[in-house]
Amino acid sequence: MAKPVGFLTDTTLCIGCKACEVACKEWNGLPNNPIEFRDSYDNTGQLDHANWRHVRFLETTTSNPDKPIAWSMMSDVCKHCANASCLEVCPTNAIIRTEFDTVFIQQDVCNGCRDCIAACPYAVIGFNQATGTAQKCTFCYDRLQNNLMPACATACPTQSIKFGDLDTMRQTAAQRVQTLQGQGVSNARVYGDTEYGGLHALFILTEKPEAYALPSAESAVLPGRNDAPGYLTAAITAVLAGLAGLIAFRRRGDTASRTIPSPSGGGSGPSSPSPSGGASGRGL
Amino acid sequence: MPGEHFVVPPHWEWYILGYFFLAGISGGSFVLGTMLRLWGDARDAIAARVAFLISFPTLLICPILLTLDLGQPLRFWHFLIDDSAGGLAFKVWSPMSLGAWALLIFGIFSFVMFLAALAEGGTVRALETAASFIAGAVGRVFVAVGAVLGLFVAAYTGVLLAVSNQPIWSDTWALGGLFLASGLSGAAACVLLATRSRREAQATDRKLIEADRYFILLELALIILFLATLGGVVSKVLSGGWIILWVIVLAGTLVPLALHWRGGVMRQATLFAPVLVLLGVLALRAVVIFSAQA
Repeated sequence: MAKPVGFLTDTTLCIGCKACEVACKEWNGLPNNPIEFRDSYDNTGQLDHANWRHVRFLETTTSNPDKPIAWSMMSDVCKHCANASCLEVCPTNAIIRTEFDTVFIQQDVCNGCRDCIAACPYAVIGFNQATGTAQKCTFCYDRLQNNLMPACATACPTQSIKFGDLDTMRQTAAQRVQTLQGQGVSNARVYGDTEYGGLHALFILTEKPEAYALPSAESAVLPGRNDAPGYLTAAITAVLAGLAGLIAFRRRGDTASRTIPSPSGGGSGPSSPSPSGGASGRGL
Repeated sequence: MPGEHFVVPPHWEWYILGYFFLAGISGGSFVLGTMLRLWGDARDAIAARVAFLISFPTLLICPILLTLDLGQPLRFWHFLIDDSAGGLAFKVWSPMSLGAWALLIFGIFSFVMFLAALAEGGTVRALETAASFIAGAVGRVFVAVGAVLGLFVAAYTGVLLAVSNQPIWSDTWALGGLFLASGLSGAAACVLLATRSRREAQATDRKLIEADRYFILLELALIILFLATLGGVVSKVLSGGWIILWVIVLAGTLVPLALHWRGGVMRQATLFAPVLVLLGVLALRAVVIFSAQA
């Protein structure tokens, strides 16, 4: 078993050059994005089947009149959660955990049911119409197997994206936050230490997680939380429906006529027949 | 905070709507057939038989719709067989995995009862063995087990939606019960439609109408529970064009309820009310499925 690996993406060092996006597309042979005007430096839009790294551009207003706009860039990626929602719900076992403790979608097993897309809380997984399968960042699984760094971390010119074994990345993140706070960036924080059992893609943020479209720690919940209460509600409904059936179907039950009818189906009972609707005893 | 979502929709649309609707009708019909068979009297045999005749054909369409919705339809069998590790693909905590197995196993029960119903009706005399099999004590156990599976097939689709991180779906735990109650109501409507011209089934029609009344009351209670559990995202499901679907849902519950409350089996009521119920069952699933993904 190889050591668990991790990314550390430091938003304070990101300059929005998108070298990570390009390197990812190049190495993984991902298709080009359609040309569209987005009124933003962010012309990628979102993570999906064709974008496994996405540099999010955050434009926020400040109270400083000299610097009314503050920019923050974050290179988003699959979080490779320790407790992964996608892996939890995948009905075909197409989604597996690799020897590097990362989360990987086996393209030859996935049947395109899209349950993982419904489950992913980070909007990471996309559906590829061409292959009919769900796709996302593989953590450059092929490169890891050959002792190479993932393409995005290799290409990042500012070391905003760091790669290493997970424990080292956690320590580096904690030290970096301490340094930032020492420099007066009081909002500096690590995202991913506790969410979903710990993420394999950690982030250093200077805003609340929600500002980067990341669920807060209390919102980071697994789909399975609704398994037991969902089935319990259904079971209670089933019992009540059973009681309803018992009341409706037994109340007028005539025990005297409780006999199995002949195949011709003409069970005679005390009810008075309607004048209409000539019925036959066979078929529908 | 609950209700905070940063997700993309899975684009489960028309095929899934059709599947959820038919799964409710099929499972519900089997359950009704079983209840009529086990708790009803001899006069209820026709309606019970009709219920089983509805259950299997509607179930048969379900895997077809599910398969058509897949990105790789020829890999439908990956739901059952683990193609990478070998063995069976079975995950008890994944409703989609459980549902695939439930469809298969319930299919066997539904098929046997379909054959038995054909034999009982004298449609296919060669199937009399099936009829004799389900006539005895073994048959009673058989339909009871099948009914539990039918309940599951009608309900699990709601749990499947809830076991996600999508807005609306994952913000409530009431969908399993809600889909079950509405599926049973829809199944009662189907049986009523199929038996409405059968005067020998008139006594059962009254019972079905009474049962449907309870199912609708249960459904209405669960609709309130569903909306109450949504919290802040309730506006997402109760706004814009979705109101039209809610009007159909309410028409499919309140109008039949009012008609049923008057009792009797007036011919107009037995045609009009079941059709409204079925439209309501479809609209309920449509508003839940589509509003979350809009």
